[in-house]
Amino acid sequence: MNPSPPVSHLSTEPLTGNPRFSVRGLEFFYGDFHALTGITIDVRENSVTAFIGPSGCGKSTFLRCLNRMNDLIPGTRLEGTITLDGADIYGSGVDPVDLRRRVGMIFQQPNPFPMSIYDNVAFGPRLHGVTKKAELDEIVEKALVRANVWKEVKDIMGRGGLTLSGGQQQRLCIARVLAVQPDVLLMDEPCSAIDPTSVQKVEDLMAELKNSVTIIIVTHNMQQAARVSDETAFFLQEKQGEAAELIEFGRTAEIFTSPRDRRTEDYITGRFG
Amino acid sequence: MAEPLEPKRAPEAGASRTLKMMSRATYIQEALLKNLFLTCAIAAVAGVALIFFFVGFRGWPVIEDPGLAAFLFGSEWSSTLGKFGIGPLVTGTLVVTIGALVFGAPLAIGTAIFLSEIATPTVRGIVRPAVELLAGVPSVVFGFFGLVIVRPFVAELTGSMGFGPLTASLILAVMIVPTIATLTEDALRSVPPGIREASYAMGATTWQTIYKVLVPAAKIGIFDAIILGMGRAIGETMAVVMVAGNAPQFFEGLGAPIATITSQIVIDMSYASGTHRTALFGLAIILFIISMGLVAIVRALSRLNAKRS
Repeated sequence: MNPSPPVSHLSTEPLTGNPRFSVRGLEFFYGDFHALTGITIDVRENSVTAFIGPSGCGKSTFLRCLNRMNDLIPGTRLEGTITLDGADIYGSGVDPVDLRRRVGMIFQQPNPFPMSIYDNVAFGPRLHGVTKKAELDEIVEKALVRANVWKEVKDIMGRGGLTLSGGQQQRLCIARVLAVQPDVLLMDEPCSAIDPTSVQKVEDLMAELKNSVTIIIVTHNMQQAARVSDETAFFLQEKQGEAAELIEFGRTAEIFTSPRDRRTEDYITGRFG
Repeated sequence: MAEPLEPKRAPEAGASRTLKMMSRATYIQEALLKNLFLTCAIAAVAGVALIFFFVGFRGWPVIEDPGLAAFLFGSEWSSTLGKFGIGPLVTGTLVVTIGALVFGAPLAIGTAIFLSEIATPTVRGIVRPAVELLAGVPSVVFGFFGLVIVRPFVAELTGSMGFGPLTASLILAVMIVPTIATLTEDALRSVPPGIREASYAMGATTWQTIYKVLVPAAKIGIFDAIILGMGRAIGETMAVVMVAGNAPQFFEGLGAPIATITSQIVIDMSYASGTHRTALFGLAIILFIISMGLVAIVRALSRLNAKRS
């Protein structure tokens, strides 16, 4: 366990990581509704990036652009480019299925499959062709350890995933994603439906995971963004019905102590949202 | 203004200006409606009970004549010889029901998966009503269709007249599709959407999501649907009478005539008397027991389902 202490974490030293995701001039539409406009952002590898902003500001929509989950919603359209390690993820011929294996996702509501704990975690590896029992056992254990839930479930691996508490379910879902060794972990308000103890455990595991996985977290909780993230992006939809924009993006320490934009300051000091 | 409360004295009747008394008309209306609905519920239960007791009463004597063992395990049903063994009829019902499920269940489940997971809303808007319409087609029309369209094909295939289990199974298969398909679709749709999303987000393809996540998650509901479809196949009479050939003999081939419990009842009932008639009521009891068994299975399953979630 090596959670970075909050003080040194809020340093303003320049970040060294290479951009993992590079987004340029992103426009996003749900049918006729223009949801996001002019999003340009680099997400660095091996860091935690937080997306904050009031409800309906498009941060979840943007997150779902990054693993093409929006493809599943009929009538959505996207302009601009998003590259993952230099490759255009919306390029012609790109398989969204393979992309989603590399860019895992955690949802607000824990959503384990109605099968055993073991089968939940083994789901991804089996999908991608791992069949040997010993190999699966090892992957499953490792993923559960990394997801900070191994101690709680190691003796009840055959029990249904849905019998766990909400917080344990969420960590089981994290283990399920980690089992396929993603490069990026997208977390869409992962802590807003779980108990405080589990929130602590999820935040701890994020601090450990960022050495090997790039994490992007959407959160409504600004203290959480300040605690866990290295960089923060503030999104805002200025008027109802208008497209949301990226207002400010930078080191978390700077965003929270000396925001450049008045709107960012208003939001983080609780004047709206 | 306000008088001090006196705990022992009730306020005088009619003193309140703000609360109206319930009118006599309202009271009578409420009471009447309550009893009306109660009567409806009792009538439904009484109907089932009456049929059960009547059939039981008329069928009961099979225990003495032809005797329980001869009735249940007899291998010959012949009114002219006075033999009333239900063996051939039960196996006939079994054969056409299994046949109907073999052809019908995959077709129906495939339809349900298409409707729930693959079809666009427009396509679904066309296909779903069409499937539901299938449930509204009278069984005599299915029988006629089987007689005129399906039977000649079966005749050619089996080198027989085409009256028999294969034709009956094919027709029943189409008839149980709406039951199984709509219930399976409901089961698939009631899988929490988060689970579907999680599967796609894990890098599963549509096909993998369907057969590794959704179908297992909905399996109790799908099993339920198959049982109810089975109940429909067992009870279907008219369409079967028209294409089964109606010879109470054991299964001899896909194109050889057979009879089922229901088809035998409908054919014999118009002229049967004495022991023969009693035996037909006995057959009805058997049918009753099978249906109740299936309903019991479905109820047990849904209880299991409720307990799980």
